[in-house]
Amino acid sequence: MIPIEHILLLSALLFTIGVMGVMLRRNVIVIFMSIELMLNAVNLSFVTFARSMDSMTGVVFIFFIIVVAAAEAVVGLSIILSIYRTRKTLNIEEFNLLKW
Amino acid sequence: MSQIWLVPAFPLLGFILNAFFGKRFGTRFVTFIGPLAVGLAFAQSLVLFFQMLEIKGNVLNEHLYTWISSGNFEVGINFTVDQLSGLYLLVITGVGFLIHVYSVGYMKGESGYYRFFAYLNLFVFFMLLLVLGDSFLLMFVGWEGVGLCSYLLIGYYIEKDSAAEAAKKAFLFNRIGDFGVLSAVMLIFLAFGSIEFASVNAEAAARLEYGGPLVTAITLLLFLGATGKSAQIPLFVWLPDAMEGPTPVSALIHAATMVTAGLYMVARLSHLFVLAPFTMNVIAAVGAITALLAATIAVTQTDIKRVLAYSTVSQLGYMFLAMGVGAFGAGVFHVMTHAFFKALLFLGSGSVILAVHHEQDMRKMGALKNKLPITYITMLLGTLAISGIPFFSGFFSKDEILWKAFSSPFGSPWLWGVGFITAGLTAFYMFRMIYLTFHGESRVDSHTAEHVRESPFSMTLPLMILAVLAVISGFFGVPHVFHLLPNGMEVYFHNFFAKLPVEGHGSVSTEWLLMGLSVAFALIAWFIASRLYHSGFAVAAGLRRRWEWAYQLSLNKWYVDEIYNAVIIQPVRFLSTHLLWRLFDQNIIDRGVNTTAIVARAVGSTLRPLQNGLTQNYALIFILGTFLILWYVT
Repeated sequence: MIPIEHILLLSALLFTIGVMGVMLRRNVIVIFMSIELMLNAVNLSFVTFARSMDSMTGVVFIFFIIVVAAAEAVVGLSIILSIYRTRKTLNIEEFNLLKW
Repeated sequence: MSQIWLVPAFPLLGFILNAFFGKRFGTRFVTFIGPLAVGLAFAQSLVLFFQMLEIKGNVLNEHLYTWISSGNFEVGINFTVDQLSGLYLLVITGVGFLIHVYSVGYMKGESGYYRFFAYLNLFVFFMLLLVLGDSFLLMFVGWEGVGLCSYLLIGYYIEKDSAAEAAKKAFLFNRIGDFGVLSAVMLIFLAFGSIEFASVNAEAAARLEYGGPLVTAITLLLFLGATGKSAQIPLFVWLPDAMEGPTPVSALIHAATMVTAGLYMVARLSHLFVLAPFTMNVIAAVGAITALLAATIAVTQTDIKRVLAYSTVSQLGYMFLAMGVGAFGAGVFHVMTHAFFKALLFLGSGSVILAVHHEQDMRKMGALKNKLPITYITMLLGTLAISGIPFFSGFFSKDEILWKAFSSPFGSPWLWGVGFITAGLTAFYMFRMIYLTFHGESRVDSHTAEHVRESPFSMTLPLMILAVLAVISGFFGVPHVFHLLPNGMEVYFHNFFAKLPVEGHGSVSTEWLLMGLSVAFALIAWFIASRLYHSGFAVAAGLRRRWEWAYQLSLNKWYVDEIYNAVIIQPVRFLSTHLLWRLFDQNIIDRGVNTTAIVARAVGSTLRPLQNGLTQNYALIFILGTFLILWYVT
């Protein structure tokens, strides 16, 4: 059995990679993927705790999160698609109209 | 069951139908519904009136709905028919019905025909609410409602500037009176814990000290309200201007019914008013002075409706004089006879005005006697009644008032004297109006003169009915000295009004003497009027030159409007402009608001660069914030 700390460390690592991706990359698709990574990092720690506590609820919960994340991915991708159609770019620095 | 609620329900239904469907269904529908609604109310009023006379105690009560219930304080929508409201019911619905019928002819072809009848029905509804309500609150609803309808109908000709001004003036003057009524009602609530007329009247003597400051304050405030509604000094100036409305409105609202609401209130609370001798004296004095002042103004007016308007103010003064000397029955009697003959005179003047194509100036009338025979005869009968010529209705009611003004413990020879002079002036200006309008040579311009013809039947019929009433209604209250009939008014109002603390004095021979004097004076005034005006203004012009200052004083209404303008309106306007607007509004309120805005804008512009539209910037702040929270938590 893998010690719980290792898995949590992995989760934290994945999460940090996601954060850095969101912060540093300019391509919207990549940023979006980074967000998914963060989400799944959290899922990982969630399921780890569920296993270590022998809780079925936690495991079931993961499935809900995955379903919602799938829906969210659909919405997110379609937004990106329509932005691309109007702006012909995916560089996030170009999307700065919504300000004062 | 007595079904009192039906009486106001008919006009209310009429209002709803006319207001919401009148335009769509057209003139015939409105012509049918408008008078019918009031006619049905009249029929039901008759039924109720005789029911009320038959039952013991002469009171019909009806509880419809509990409006406010809070602890011991309860106000219901309750209707009461007793001697006073029964009589008012008949006058309002009866005269109201006749005037509705008359309006069908008078308003024919006017734009907004349906609007006129809707307002008129609504007015009748509120007026009935006013007299049927058994508490101050319900009465006040009616009180405000008739004020609203008065406003709407004075301003009926919405395209006329002067009509709008007059409506506004009437509304504002009534507001001043309403302040008095509301304050009085609050004081009454404090003193009695109840605002029902029955309990206030019953407990007045027990709860309030005779002549004490509280009862004096209450009654004076109520009287202030009455002066507003019933056009007495100091709030009478709105009534002559109210003549801007259509003539049936002047007849119904500004002569027969609404303006007697103030008198109704005083009569209704007679048990309260007799406890305040000071107020009674004020009422009598104000009534007498108003009567005289208005009569002196009426003498020189040339607008036929304004003569009648000042005459109304003057006659209302008479009624208040009666109330003030404790002759409540006589006052209400005069309300009734006045409703008949003044409605008649106004409707007659409307018939004349219509005949000469909406000309109201008597300088452009004359010699209409033969062209308008029915109008002439009926108006002459009304004039005889108002002038107090014996055996016409005004004679009985006016003489009753004059006699009471002389003999009552609250009365005095002075009050009688003022009333006496007014009676003479009344005869003078009324016959002046008759002579200028119907006699002499025609001053109607030739083009119009060809088209002068008698009004349609729907207008002359009400005139004839009212003329009959104006002649005979006086026999309802024949004074004792005639030994002719029992005084119907006294029998009718037996034990209804408060008794005066001391009995009146005066012998039968004095009463005969005073009666003879006032009749003689009226006849002399008639004679003078006929000498001066039987052929137009020529004879009077010489007199006018000699008394130019008095003529100007009377013509310009004693400059009351100008005095109000200088003493009240201008100072208020000055105060508003310089203190309230320039100083307070601009310097304090506006500056305060602007400062707040400036501060908000300054803060905003310093924080604005944070929101630069770059998503990653926001994400960075978000993450830094998360770290901050984590650092704080651990």
